[in-house]
Amino acid sequence: MLNSILSDDLPRSRLLTAVLLLILLGLAGGPFLFDGSVAFRTMSMICIFIIVVAAYDMLIGYTAVVSFAHMMFFGIGAYSMAIMLREFGASWPVVLAGIGVGQVLTIAAALLLGLLSLRVRAIFFALVTLAVASSFLVLLAQFYHFTGGEDGLRVRVPSEIGPAFRLTDTPWRGFNLFGFIRKVLSGAAIGEAWSQSFYNVRLTGRLLMYYILFSAALLLFLLMLRMMNSPFGRVLQAIRENEFRAEALGYRTVVYRTASVVFATCFTAFAGALFALSTRYVNPETTVSFSLMVFVLLMTVIGGMGTLYGAVIGATIFLIAENYLQDLLRMLSEAATNFPLLAALFHPSHWLLWFGLLFILSVYFFPQGVAGQLRIWAAKRRERRRQRGAAAPAADRAFDVEQR
Amino acid sequence: MTAQNNSPPTLKQVGAHSLQRIARFRMEYPHYFLLLLIGLVPLLFINFNIWLMLTISGAAMGLLIFIMASGMTLTFGLMGVLNLGHGAFISLGAYLGAAVLAFLGGAAAAPSIAANLGAIVPALLLALGVAGVLGLVFERVIIRPVYDSHLKQILVTVGGAIIIEQLIQVVWGASPIPVTRPQALAGAVVIGDMVIERYRLLAVVIGLGIYWAMIQVINRTKVGILIRAGVESTEMVEVHGYRIKLLFMAVFVVGSALAAFGGVLWGMYQELITANVGEQILVLVVVVIIIGGLGSVTGCFFAAISVGLVNLYVGYLVPPLGGVAAVGLLVAVLMWRPQGLIPVIQV
Repeated sequence: MLNSILSDDLPRSRLLTAVLLLILLGLAGGPFLFDGSVAFRTMSMICIFIIVVAAYDMLIGYTAVVSFAHMMFFGIGAYSMAIMLREFGASWPVVLAGIGVGQVLTIAAALLLGLLSLRVRAIFFALVTLAVASSFLVLLAQFYHFTGGEDGLRVRVPSEIGPAFRLTDTPWRGFNLFGFIRKVLSGAAIGEAWSQSFYNVRLTGRLLMYYILFSAALLLFLLMLRMMNSPFGRVLQAIRENEFRAEALGYRTVVYRTASVVFATCFTAFAGALFALSTRYVNPETTVSFSLMVFVLLMTVIGGMGTLYGAVIGATIFLIAENYLQDLLRMLSEAATNFPLLAALFHPSHWLLWFGLLFILSVYFFPQGVAGQLRIWAAKRRERRRQRGAAAPAADRAFDVEQR
Repeated sequence: MTAQNNSPPTLKQVGAHSLQRIARFRMEYPHYFLLLLIGLVPLLFINFNIWLMLTISGAAMGLLIFIMASGMTLTFGLMGVLNLGHGAFISLGAYLGAAVLAFLGGAAAAPSIAANLGAIVPALLLALGVAGVLGLVFERVIIRPVYDSHLKQILVTVGGAIIIEQLIQVVWGASPIPVTRPQALAGAVVIGDMVIERYRLLAVVIGLGIYWAMIQVINRTKVGILIRAGVESTEMVEVHGYRIKLLFMAVFVVGSALAAFGGVLWGMYQELITANVGEQILVLVVVVIIIGGLGSVTGCFFAAISVGLVNLYVGYLVPPLGGVAAVGLLVAVLMWRPQGLIPVIQV
């Protein structure tokens, strides 16, 4: 059962399984466990970026296609939705049409980009996509009558997923997990802290939208897992390992590579449409900017390329860090007020400096990312256990062989 | 061919012949062909004086881009290292230049050219020196461990660029800072009814000077021979007993220094800079090195001028498309010559 849901691609590491379960449960019960609008926003973004990063992993991790135009497609999805809703009013058929328009535009653009990539060498592709994505950004700013330019667009969403909508009037109870832990750590009586940690969760349209995001992320993630473990995915991996050989075996690598680009960009455009619906506001900075592209790259690599599970971990770690690492740095910065240079380095607005450092170190020492490294450790542990003389079960051995 | 014909050639033959010559010219000298095409076609739409003005300004911009791009194209050609951290060195140069010009504000504001040079030259030298040293560190610490993998190079150089940019923000703050142009370079020269900014004339002079110097070094010196040989085949250079890694390090240091040098000039050209000024210009730099053919200095030079020109012509004729003209040119050139103008390496 679990095997078929996860397409026979289990996490293969106890720790990884535990972390993934934690993330799954945290996101599933999220609005009822973490109080506050920052937490809510962070969880929504994690759901969206799990799709984006997993799709990027299909490209960079499974097919070894480095594209810097990934967020361009996110932008196409988001802007198609925003503009369709503006032009034709906020209703569900228009939402569907917005998704459709985004997908069609994405497929067209991805095919054009794919055709261009036929003409150039692989290493050129990264550079060409960089140039194309930047020109998309320029065009967004230039045609501001249509796109809103730098100011962006407010998105009018159907009322069912707007903040004013009430599913029921009686609020449900949520339990503030971090608040509870903080209170207990600061020495409050457990019983008192327990009773103080409950808070009201109103069942608004935003909550509904969050669960749409959550289910979309879950389903699309499982779909991508299935695709990458299908014969199609195997061919992509063959292309990654040795394109020449894959071609010699009779696979038309160009077709496979283009298909991989098209699928990945379609998922991303879909995530973009969801983003527009969930944040109800799109602008170039939050959808297509180059720094956002770099963030997606960081998430993919830190999580672990070519694992898909890495996408979940990378997106979660990065977005939590983006929101909460700054708090930590603020504490450090205040502690170091006597040393102005240190205080400046630890200033919360420079959190990216530390993340960049972490990123380079992780490329050197853990090139497989978090997920890949956990798998390697688990495999080594299994290996050691087997060598210790205990006759390993045959199934376990087969597992290790498959893993090399 | 026509010399063997005794009868005088007909008009059709002459036409076919000249078409043939154009085709051969296009094949043999693609860089001249592209530049002529881009330079002359707009004459059909623009009146001559404006065309001349745009051409000088565009060439100035192109030459600035060339200074910044030359280092990146050589490091790629020599070792196949794709350094996306190049933009950060440009930013660094711009900030160092701005800092020196602000520090020597008195000299920069004085009306005499000698005093202005007393501000600009230290700015350029400081940028060259600091970026050179940082380039050395960057090459040893960040790039050396990942020579074998393009993907990892892209990743770590992006990471390195983030760190340098953030450090710039730590030192100079996140808000944009103004760059004061020295007095002698502010304002414009008026020739007839043409108005040309003085600063652009300076950019043309410096850019041509650097191109000339690079060509001299590459074509006339021993180091130049080694660089050209290294671009063609790294292994053969090593077989002859030269330490290609040392050579590469030197080229990387010079390339980084040139990026910062160009950054100083670019900062003065922009007059208002932020820490991601290099990241923004990196797109044009990348377009230029692809059009030129990765690894070729001459190709890079012609591509840079073409990009500068296209930018201004299109910006003048169809203003909203000015920003994407360079990318349009890139796509067109790749359709015509997938390897770029002067392909040097076959990866």
